[in-house]
Amino acid sequence: MSTPATQTDTATTGRIGDSPLRPDGVQKVTGEFAYSSDLWLDDMIWGATLRSPHPHARIRSIDIGAAMATAGVHTVLTADDVPGRNRVGLEHDDQPALADGIVRYQGEPVAIVAADHPEVARQAAKKIVVDYEVLPAVTEGRAALDPTAPLVHPDGNLVRHLRIRKGGTVPDSAPVVVSLDFEVGMQDQAFLGPESGLAVPAEDGGVELYVATQWLHVDQRQICQALALPPEKVRLTLAGVGGAFGGREDLSMHVHACLLAMHTNRPVKMVYNREESFFGHVHRHPASMRYEFGADEDGRLRYGKAEIVFDGGAYASSTGAVVGNGGTMGLGPYRFPVVHVDCFGVYTNNPPCGAMRGFGCVQAAFAHEALMDELADRVGVDRIAIRQLNGMREGDENITGQLIDSAAPVGELLQIVNDLPLPPAPTGTRDLRDLPGGVANTTHGEGVVRGVGYAVTYKNVGFSEGFDDYSTARVRLEITAGEPVVTVHTAAAEVGQGLITVEQQICRTELGVERVVVHAKDTQVGSGGSTSASRQTYVTGGAVKAACEAVRTAILERAAAAARTPVAGLRLDGGKIVSSSGEVVAALADLLGAEAIEETVEWRHRPTSRIDPETGQGDAHVQYAFSAHRAVVDVDIELGLVKVVALDTAQDVGKAINPAAVMGQIQGGSAQGMGLALMEEIIVQDGIIRNPSFTDYLIPTILDMPPMKIEVLEYADPHAPYGVRGVGEPPTISSGPAVAAAIRQATGLALRRVPVRPEHITGTL
Amino acid sequence: MDFLQPRSWAEALEAKAAHPGAVPIAGGTDVMVELNFDKHRPEALLDLNRVDDLAQWWTEDGRVRLGAGVSYSRVIDELGDTLPGLAMASRTVGSPQIRNRGTVGGNLGAASPAGDAHPALLAAEASVEVASTRGTRSIPIAEFYTGVKRNALEPDELVAAIWVTPPSGPQQFSKIGTRNAMVISVAAFGLALHPDRRTVGTGIGSAAPTPRRAPDAESFLAGELDWDGRRELADSVAREFGERVRAAASPIDDVRGTAAYRLHSLSVMARRALAWAWHDYQRAA
Ligand SMILES: Cc1cc2nc3c(=O)[nH]c(=O)nc-3n(C[C@H](O)[C@H](O)[C@H](O)COP(=O)(O)OP(=O)(O)OC[C@H]3O[C@@H](n4cnc5c(N)ncnc54)[C@H](O)[C@@H]3O)c2cc1C
Repeated sequence: MSTPATQTDTATTGRIGDSPLRPDGVQKVTGEFAYSSDLWLDDMIWGATLRSPHPHARIRSIDIGAAMATAGVHTVLTADDVPGRNRVGLEHDDQPALADGIVRYQGEPVAIVAADHPEVARQAAKKIVVDYEVLPAVTEGRAALDPTAPLVHPDGNLVRHLRIRKGGTVPDSAPVVVSLDFEVGMQDQAFLGPESGLAVPAEDGGVELYVATQWLHVDQRQICQALALPPEKVRLTLAGVGGAFGGREDLSMHVHACLLAMHTNRPVKMVYNREESFFGHVHRHPASMRYEFGADEDGRLRYGKAEIVFDGGAYASSTGAVVGNGGTMGLGPYRFPVVHVDCFGVYTNNPPCGAMRGFGCVQAAFAHEALMDELADRVGVDRIAIRQLNGMREGDENITGQLIDSAAPVGELLQIVNDLPLPPAPTGTRDLRDLPGGVANTTHGEGVVRGVGYAVTYKNVGFSEGFDDYSTARVRLEITAGEPVVTVHTAAAEVGQGLITVEQQICRTELGVERVVVHAKDTQVGSGGSTSASRQTYVTGGAVKAACEAVRTAILERAAAAARTPVAGLRLDGGKIVSSSGEVVAALADLLGAEAIEETVEWRHRPTSRIDPETGQGDAHVQYAFSAHRAVVDVDIELGLVKVVALDTAQDVGKAINPAAVMGQIQGGSAQGMGLALMEEIIVQDGIIRNPSFTDYLIPTILDMPPMKIEVLEYADPHAPYGVRGVGEPPTISSGPAVAAAIRQATGLALRRVPVRPEHITGTL
Repeated sequence: MDFLQPRSWAEALEAKAAHPGAVPIAGGTDVMVELNFDKHRPEALLDLNRVDDLAQWWTEDGRVRLGAGVSYSRVIDELGDTLPGLAMASRTVGSPQIRNRGTVGGNLGAASPAGDAHPALLAAEASVEVASTRGTRSIPIAEFYTGVKRNALEPDELVAAIWVTPPSGPQQFSKIGTRNAMVISVAAFGLALHPDRRTVGTGIGSAAPTPRRAPDAESFLAGELDWDGRRELADSVAREFGERVRAAASPIDDVRGTAAYRLHSLSVMARRALAWAWHDYQRAA
């Protein structure tokens, strides 16, 4: 069977601050890496899903007769076959694993089939006859709050309303008042590896699930509930993940594959195709926002007012937390004496929305950054200066009254991107690939205007608002073939970000041992928490560090006892215990013999607290990470086509544990943010997705993404392990607004919606 | 599903005659997508990749005979000077992988209004050689497209080749996509100046149920151009040409773009393409 094996890394060097090669890197480039869609067992059968064609309908009846009668079909299951509580969900148990009575979005799973061949399973699924009574649907976020709107769930369409009130009432006027409305379309994570996994029935009546996910234990909890099984009977192992970006935080095929495996007593594999993938995971919330800032004549902010509506779609997923972020972070990294924010998350009959890189901050940043530009123009200062004047600093309070107690280099980051050399003005005949439209040959320079735009952001790292956010690490040190070997075991998902390498680097640094084996990620160890919120290097990194320290303490105590010397001053290096004077006290091999030292640690970052429900005040977040971007674009103003010429950035990462991986995160995150500004949108009309394919859901190609200049600052956060700051999300937040600002500058248009389409620029909507 | 693999052109025609429902497959870049998305379940696939002649091109009686199975990559590499409009269009198709597999014959077989070869072939006034066991016939390109994704082939016929006269004047091709590579056209325009005949050829893509010419724009421009003196082109002429190209289109709104944008972009592309072509013509003097 090809299931994920324990990683044995070929690189045996690389400590903190180095950039050792990733074990999966060469495999991925050469096509050798085993993704979850490559899982295989010789006796496995295949699952397929029947989904609702309607955004809102009552199921009158389901006839599975013809499907069951199809040759090669093993079983067909519906809600009636879910043994446990037929409800799953990250924050609220509001989503049936299989629709029971009502479907609330197009694509909602209604029935599942297992068959000998995937094609047979798909064809059989089409033979299931579902009698639907179509119900009126609500398909727009603000409309969902209308008291006369159709109800998506019995308790109403509001998922969460967050209020922030600070500094008294908003003044009736200010010397300068700017306001705008802004809309952000629905972005998709567009990970390349579709949802897939393999469920294997176990002899003890339980099930083993190999699956691509972001958080094994939160999956396990939901599967247990649906299957009515205890955790020890639902064992998960991480399979090769082909990207995540938030879209794998919710369940997809997990419960379905387990149900089919347990009903048929056969291993069941499920793999979505690209089209199904668009229905198989949550998307980024579309947002509708109204902002108003008041300022002094010189541009100093007096107040900030915002109303943000996130369309959460049919099920809550992480809408509550997105509202938490979007609201508490929603005015950007600026100082506001008076604050009035209302942030809503609502149910509609649109596709469910949940986690995606940047998590609520991405949408808000488009609005607050557009408004800061507007303010600069009104006051008559430049766009860097207005941000530096109002930028948050260490020691400030943010809008929830939380003290910013480590570096907040807003002004410096902006200065850095501003000081980077600009790309030269174009001269002579230009390579078509450097022009808007590329080799499609739409301009040789005609109509092309250059624009420059800036944006800055801050993003909370880790889980917030009092969540018990922890990670577990088990570290074992033993002698294998005469050599000391460390094995590190966590359940923290490697989704392509390079966590495996980071775990190894930490172990090498802490234990002075070169060979570090990373155990398969599974539920045989405690939760690692989610691979999201830019948190794993911080939280699982912290847990691995703490477990290493416990192992080290045990070893050194043993060495001290054996050598009858005090522990103080002893350290581990190169497989030896060395005294403060550099003398070798003992070799690990001699000290340990056949014995192993193993420690398991559950590690928490400092606690956060809930915010006050009336005022939104409180220490909601663990840490903040800051970044700034400068975008340079060439816009063909006659055709509305855009070429991003430069996308340069500066970011404070606290400490770059793996500098090459940091660069990768910044480049990828910037491309994803740029994609939202320019092209990435799931087009939903009346609850129906119009472009569920990579033919029409466009993501940037190599010819859309410019080379980047990246400046990394390392202002250690004294509260975080090694001083690290989350890296993955800030670039996705500040890049898009910078691109949008640059297009505004080139065109002179207001452009209050992203993605910016050629129609917006040419007035041909 | 049967998989037929003829080894010669004669065998291919016989197979198609015997199995009129068989779907020919060349590069497969359209066919495989349709199969994977379960859009069609043909009774048989007719693989044309073993028919060597189909992937050849040569010059005969002063015209290029481009075998239906010649890939875009080869058009770009081998025919860039001979068939510049088609080569420019080929450069905009998909990605390197798609250009290596995809063929001009396949573009004609699919007959999508968004196919990129069509505007260039229309402007160049190409003709399509189609064949069956009943014989061979030549179809003028403008008559080849009969409806949305429909063409003039009879059920037993295959596309053998495309015949194109190497140009006597400059050619241009432009295509709008909402990203800078690997994108299906939102609107496309092909232009060829034919100084030998003193005519103008045009082709419009993605802006009508079929690829089509803009005959009124063509005759207008042919009459306005100073073919002998090669004097500067009046801006008003370029604009009027653009407007007439626009008037020839009848696009729809869809997820890729609005009808209004398609019309607007056609007028801009036509005006610009004309300026570049005329500039080339002046320089060639
Ligand atoms: C990722 C991707 C990107 C693409 N981008 C573009 C693009 O930018 N521009 C564009 O125009 N197209 C694009 N396409 C579509 C496709 O590549 C082109 O239409 C291509 O020309 C098809 O050629 P093929 O040889 O692959 O055809 P196939 O897929 O083999 O066949 C296409 C059709 O033609 C028929 N056919 C093939 N040969 C013959 C013959 N000799 N006689 C009769 N019928 C025949 C087939 O039965 C089928 O109906 C893209 C496709 C993909 C998958």
